[in-house]
Amino acid sequence: MEEVNYRKIDWVILGIWLGLMLFGWMNIFSSSVSEDGFVFSLKEKYVMDLIWVFSSLVLGFLIIFVIPSRIYPSIAWPFYILMVVLLVAVAFVGVEVNGSKSWFAIGPFRLQPAEFSKIATALLLAQVMSRYGFRFSKLRDAAQVAMVLALPMLAILLEKETGSALVYLGYLLVCYREGMSGWILIVGLLAVVFFIVTLVFSPFVAILVLLAMTGIAGGFYGRRPMLGIGITTAVVTLLAFLPRLMRLESFSFLDRFSPEEWVALLSGTAAVVLAVIWGFRRRRLLRNLMLGFLLGLVMIFSVEFVFNHVLKDHQRARIEVLLGIKEDPMGVGYNVHQSLVAIGSGGLAGKGFMGGTQTRFNFVPEQSTDFIFCTIGEEWGLIGTLGVLIAYLVLILRLIASAEKQKDRFARIYGWCVASCILMHVVINICMTIGLMPVIGIPLPLLSYGGSSLWAFTILIFIYLRLDLDQWRYQ
Amino acid sequence: MDVFKNRRSILVTAIVIVFAVIAFRLFQVQIIDKEYRITAENNALKYETIYPARGRILDRYGEVLVDNKLTYDIMVTPFDVGPFDTLAFCRIFDLDTAFVHEKFREYRRYRSRIGFQSLVFRRQVNSEQYNMFIEQNYLFPGFSGVRRTSRSYPSMGGGNLFGYISEVDAAYLKDHPEYRSGDYVGKTGMEEAYEPLLRGEKGYNIFLRDARGRIKEHYLDGEYDKEAVAGTDVVTTIDGRLQAYGEQLMQNKVGSLVAIEPSTGEILTMVSSPGIDVNLLSDISKHYKEIVGDPYKPMFNRAVMSPQPPGSVFKLVNGLIGLQEGVLTPNTLYGCNRGYVVGNLRVGCHGHPSPINLYQSIMMSCNAYYCYVFRSILDNPKYGSVQEGFERWKEYTSSFGFGQKLNTDIPGEKAGTMPTVERYDRIHGKGRWKSLSIISLSIGQGEIGCTPLHLANLAATIANRGWFYTPHLQKDTPETPIDGRFKERHYTMVDTTHFEDIVKGMEMAINYTGGGATATIARIPGVIACGKTGTAQNPHGDDHSVFITFAPKDDPKIAVVAYVENGGFGATWAAPIASLLVEKYLNGEIAPERKALEQRVFDGNLLHKVKVRR
Repeated sequence: MEEVNYRKIDWVILGIWLGLMLFGWMNIFSSSVSEDGFVFSLKEKYVMDLIWVFSSLVLGFLIIFVIPSRIYPSIAWPFYILMVVLLVAVAFVGVEVNGSKSWFAIGPFRLQPAEFSKIATALLLAQVMSRYGFRFSKLRDAAQVAMVLALPMLAILLEKETGSALVYLGYLLVCYREGMSGWILIVGLLAVVFFIVTLVFSPFVAILVLLAMTGIAGGFYGRRPMLGIGITTAVVTLLAFLPRLMRLESFSFLDRFSPEEWVALLSGTAAVVLAVIWGFRRRRLLRNLMLGFLLGLVMIFSVEFVFNHVLKDHQRARIEVLLGIKEDPMGVGYNVHQSLVAIGSGGLAGKGFMGGTQTRFNFVPEQSTDFIFCTIGEEWGLIGTLGVLIAYLVLILRLIASAEKQKDRFARIYGWCVASCILMHVVINICMTIGLMPVIGIPLPLLSYGGSSLWAFTILIFIYLRLDLDQWRYQ
Repeated sequence: MDVFKNRRSILVTAIVIVFAVIAFRLFQVQIIDKEYRITAENNALKYETIYPARGRILDRYGEVLVDNKLTYDIMVTPFDVGPFDTLAFCRIFDLDTAFVHEKFREYRRYRSRIGFQSLVFRRQVNSEQYNMFIEQNYLFPGFSGVRRTSRSYPSMGGGNLFGYISEVDAAYLKDHPEYRSGDYVGKTGMEEAYEPLLRGEKGYNIFLRDARGRIKEHYLDGEYDKEAVAGTDVVTTIDGRLQAYGEQLMQNKVGSLVAIEPSTGEILTMVSSPGIDVNLLSDISKHYKEIVGDPYKPMFNRAVMSPQPPGSVFKLVNGLIGLQEGVLTPNTLYGCNRGYVVGNLRVGCHGHPSPINLYQSIMMSCNAYYCYVFRSILDNPKYGSVQEGFERWKEYTSSFGFGQKLNTDIPGEKAGTMPTVERYDRIHGKGRWKSLSIISLSIGQGEIGCTPLHLANLAATIANRGWFYTPHLQKDTPETPIDGRFKERHYTMVDTTHFEDIVKGMEMAINYTGGGATATIARIPGVIACGKTGTAQNPHGDDHSVFITFAPKDDPKIAVVAYVENGGFGATWAAPIASLLVEKYLNGEIAPERKALEQRVFDGNLLHKVKVRR
């Protein structure tokens, strides 16, 4: 019979979990308490949060001491299917809060299945990818992983919770660690870069950047890199003058198309021809480069369409404010502006516990949930924000290091999933409050007010802690 | 064997870099950046909205029809309110102390949500109360006044036409995110139609507060402050004096009076009676129930919203179609023996000489004549069936604008109704109806409904001998050019040459002295006017009195329709009213021999004849 050595539990992870949770409660108390001081009433957020904190302790206890660890691989599938069904169901029968239908109301409590489906997805990913002989190079395996990720994302998009859906992209890091091609991450990153360049500058500039990047990459592949780079630089520089040239009378015959359409047309045709030639000569890398170039062109020209027709008004406005295309300190930019003022006003050491004027008087909306980082920034200053940041970094790196030590693939992959999930939440949430990303409403793990989120992260972390204990079983 | 082990270090490096970027940004925001260091001295911002003056509405000569008057909203910042003399405060604003206490109980309950924000304590305080308040302002810390404007109506008329403004409600905010709670918006009439011009742009001042919440100075020396931009004045095509005169003529009657300048399509006058008292309009929220509860529905702009049978006025249209189709000439004679009789169907007519030609038929408004004309249009062997003939007839009427919205700039415009083949198929059975089954259309009765604006447009079209500009209320000025659709001439399907014969008949209806003319009461000294009476039967009581007219005959300056509900014969009320309006516009005054007629119109009260649902 197995004996679990509980003294071997990862005290660092446990400590950070407890510390962040209690620090979160302090800040929720500070931002929601009224002048009457502590009042024990379920209407007060800090009382509710206390209930969530205590129940999380109980949950953690149950996972460590009561629930056997061997059930996790076997419940992965049923748990996942149940969560997807709940996610779809909630889109139809859920309560609507702030424009998204993602909550089940059970008496005075509200549960958000999107928070818990992250756990199910992590478990199933671990289960699928730890299978013997699993390889990303096998189409069947790769497709299965894609399905596992896409289903909950689509269901969540159905609930109009764009932010929560984005978190699932974090699991791609785990896939990369387990052998998925790095090109998928690079192409994704480049897509974001081109999206921004096209919006901030113009499609023309984006095409020139794409042209330059392709030329330089091609140059390095050839035998004489400097020559390729030289030619590319010359061509791109010349092309940069095309719009001015076209304004001249004698070039008016070019008016049929705009400059970017001309460049795209010419370089696109050249790329197609080269791709075909290199395709026949079996020079795969060069051919792929050309195909990538064409894909880039299509993307640049679809940016405007996506921006104006796919994105919703408020999402478009948030991106415009973030990229500095529009200034709107009273409207969409209000949240971010107030959030920055609150954080900035904290200075080095902050205004002290319950000393924040910005957050206590509701200048910052959602300041106990999605914008809790503002309260920390204002009342605890740079010391507080960096402290929290470091705590998260230590937590994530510790999880990764611990996962890498696992002999069991299931535990390793699951550990990576926990780390990526926390990473995505932390980065998106903090970047939003300091104006590095558009406003995307997702909670800060363990700190934000909200029972579903707190429970979900507790369960997520504690399942790993329990799995981790298994490796000491026989010692 | 784990071939991807090295990927861990790539990922860890990337994560550390991202965290480093965030840390650097935090350092920048919290330590370096000047903008946030200012706020780092324990300051908060207070936004104070500056509301723009709404654009005015002017008449065609620049007279102000709708103006602004200053009112004040009293604002309160609960955070700043200390103990104050509630009694003195209540005395100024004529309030109950219980009301004030209740308000403050509410503020205390929501204090954490309110924070430093200012709220409206009392809306639309007059300047007398405001001045008293300002004198004693030091007694009431935390209270302040904000200038707002509300509407005033120097011309004292046109309530229906202008519409009203009111504070935006939650439903409106949901559909129009560019508005904020507390803004005013045009809800009906011209206020609604020209909202984008009239609205203006809000501004704001941003103030700094110190740690105790006291207002100190403009944030960054006012760098982010924004001036309010006043709304644009809108010049209407309305003639303010003529409008007022028209309202006087229509008082105590239910119906509409519309005048158009035929050469431009500009609406000179548009009266819907009974109208809204403009004194109630400026403070509509207080009087809303009263206005909505009025059985005569003063909010309802009958001129564009109330389709009614046109009656004999529509004979002009049938005459024009007959001429164009070649089934009628001005000299075509038809007999009438007190009506049109086929089998046991009888369309009655009044006693007049017989047979008569087209001119006489218009002058005397003979019913039988148009039964013949209408049947010869529909039963024309050129068309395979009555149904086809009817379709053709409908195309003609559509070219005059009937049965469709004219696409004016007046909100709430109705299309009216014109019957369709399907509708008659449903009534009589498919293909089982003949021209005789729908003979009422010949005299503008039956399944046909036109708004008074349609009829005014008909008058303008005949005045122009065959074309019209879409009627509109906005005057074309260099600052506020009108939409291109108002500069497009619309020709009817009837050749312009045929109109002269109809005009001649209309001239005789007013000016023929040999007897039998129906509208001699509309004769204006020194002006040759043309007109046509109508007496529209309806299921609601006495016939509606209808008259369309334009003048002078050869260079028409004004085209008018008067539609008086339950007024009896066209010549009884509508013709005098329309002709007096024309006379006022063309001559500037009413001739002495017509003063008695004018007085009769002023004194006439037909309200008791109109059945209303209470």
